[in-house]
Amino acid sequence: MALEINGATYETDEEGYLANLSDWSAELAEAMAAQDGCEMSENHWEVVNFLREYYDEYQIAPAVRVLTKAIGKRLGKDKGNSKYLYELFPYGPAKQACKYAGLPKPTGCV
Amino acid sequence: MTDEATAAPPGAVKKFMYINRRAPHGGNYAQEGLEVALIGAAFDQEVSLAFIDDGVFQLKTGQDTAAAGLKNFTAAFAALGDYEVKRIYVEAESLARRGLTADDLMPLMYEDEDDDYAEKPLIEIIGKDALADLIERQDVLLNF
Repeated sequence: MALEINGATYETDEEGYLANLSDWSAELAEAMAAQDGCEMSENHWEVVNFLREYYDEYQIAPAVRVLTKAIGKRLGKDKGNSKYLYELFPYGPAKQACKYAGLPKPTGCV
Repeated sequence: MTDEATAAPPGAVKKFMYINRRAPHGGNYAQEGLEVALIGAAFDQEVSLAFIDDGVFQLKTGQDTAAAGLKNFTAAFAALGDYEVKRIYVEAESLARRGLTADDLMPLMYEDEDDDYAEKPLIEIIGKDALADLIERQDVLLNF
């Protein structure tokens, strides 16, 4: 599959995750979100940036339970819960946020 | 964390042990094994990992795969604590035979929820016989 944004084409897997990490840019994240009818707010970016840092350190995209706990530790209890994260990313916080972060599908999500 | 959608119903938790016997970067086994262990842990199973034979090299500190053009997946061992894995066993005999000691292994930690989230070491070096006893007590064994 491929993603066409602003006239450029990016290779993705069958579920729309970027094939090449290095293709990622902030503009691409916003364009991917816009295709889902989602506008990237500061709160969205907080999660996406967190995921990118997590991937950089551990070389994996965390499963939703792990993400929720880690966000709680980093950004506080009011953000480290399923309700808050699902409001931001209704398609599943780990899956949807990882997609916008240009990461592969989280390890432990099927 | 009973409010999580991924929580297994009571009684459904099994003891899974992932046994790793191969050096980290010569094939896909080590990376796939770690990935499958993480998936097991994400599904709230009681997961432990054992490292035997050349598998002990997987936990070696300071691995650099850049020259081989490979992703250093071993960084993900440090995420096992986040996945609430609390037990990694390294066979003492395998370690000694390869001239390695505990200091050569990554300082992996986990937070013990039952002890005020104290950070505790994840790796335990145990003898062959003790490991055999542990293997005997598992519900599911997966070899990589």
